[in-house]
Amino acid sequence: MTQIYAPRAHEDHPPFLYSDYKSTVKRSPSHDLISIVQTLTETTGPGPAWVDLSDDDADLTTNAGTGGEAIGQRSIITGRVLDEDGNPLPDTLVEIWQANACGRYMHWRETAFPAPLDPNFLGVGQCRTTDDGEYRFLTVKPGPYPWGNHPNAWRPAHIHFSLLGPSIATRLVTQMYFPDDPLFALDPIFQSVPEHGRDRLIATYDHSVTVENWALGYRWDIVLRGMAVTA
Amino acid sequence: MSSTARGQTPSQTVGPYFTMRLSGEGENVLTTPETVGERIRVEGRVFDGDRRHIEDALVELWQADSSGRYHHPADDRTDVPLDPAFSGFGRCASDFQTGAYSFLTIRPGPVPHPNGGMQAPHLSLTIQARGMLNPTFTRVYFADEEAANAADPVLQSVPLARRSTLIAERVENTDSSVPTYRFDIRYQGDDETAFFDV
Ligand SMILES: [Fe+2]
Repeated sequence: MTQIYAPRAHEDHPPFLYSDYKSTVKRSPSHDLISIVQTLTETTGPGPAWVDLSDDDADLTTNAGTGGEAIGQRSIITGRVLDEDGNPLPDTLVEIWQANACGRYMHWRETAFPAPLDPNFLGVGQCRTTDDGEYRFLTVKPGPYPWGNHPNAWRPAHIHFSLLGPSIATRLVTQMYFPDDPLFALDPIFQSVPEHGRDRLIATYDHSVTVENWALGYRWDIVLRGMAVTA
Repeated sequence: MSSTARGQTPSQTVGPYFTMRLSGEGENVLTTPETVGERIRVEGRVFDGDRRHIEDALVELWQADSSGRYHHPADDRTDVPLDPAFSGFGRCASDFQTGAYSFLTIRPGPVPHPNGGMQAPHLSLTIQARGMLNPTFTRVYFADEEAANAADPVLQSVPLARRSTLIAERVENTDSSVPTYRFDIRYQGDDETAFFDV
């Protein structure tokens, strides 16, 4: 008997087509998705085999390897990766990428925004979750940045997160935001999430994570699909 | 026992800069010299609704090994050998100029279907890109597996008119030294690739 996953909660995720985010207009499927009986293809996945893929560390303030430290507000981002029933998901690969404190990405395509690069900040990291499902990164808070979607468009500060999770069915790429960003209301990518789900993408300031005389602390839990109840 | 039921974290786009972290050099090569099985190459291009190439797609491949076993604890069939030299996972970022992606891998073995019978050899592809707020999932079947494809319950569940979008054709006249299959991925239109709600 194959254990299967609970359905993807489409009502909690953005639609494929969200015309305020212009690139979705030509990049969204136009046919309905075809439902499938989950097989081993869907209930297995690369997570367990890929956790040790690379040795990047979870300290983005120093992992450029230059011997220098990234400039910006030192920030600890931590939380747990859970399934929908609240069970922790250990050994899950968490990969992140982000802009620097000025809002500039270290990427060859980023040429339009004349903000400075930081030679001591690559903006990439990875870690895997502990037995309690916990991940933890030390980074600098990214800056908002402009993009070409509409006139004077700016993305709220965010960190991109990728999780393989336990199976193909749990694959998730998302973005974590910081509390009280005035750009939320103006950002179609954030607004594409149904209203009841938007808070799930915003980290909480957590003074118990903050380290005295060192770094501010934020907590953000990530919830992946759980197992279906089987008879 | 669970603590509290919680809602799924919503998906967001990978955006244009995912290659900073995802899809490094060589991650589209799944084989090592020790890997068991027939080497194959799978290649294609990713197209949007205007059939312009998508220059920044992330294509992820997941597949069984040459015996049809997945490198994962949920595939606990001890009667099927597991190839320790094959993870079954790869990533490829589409080419900026052409939208092309490719994988060097092995031909997968057949995998059982929970309702009985065997599935035809297939690959699972997950596609994400700037402008995609959710991942899309599809499957690659092989044109030279006609009998197995005809008996595959997943492929047969796809409306007949769209089934061919899931069949990778063998490419002749290629400079590749291994059998090569072509699998384009198209969004929108009558010939849109069939995507699954996995
Ligand atoms: Fe971004």
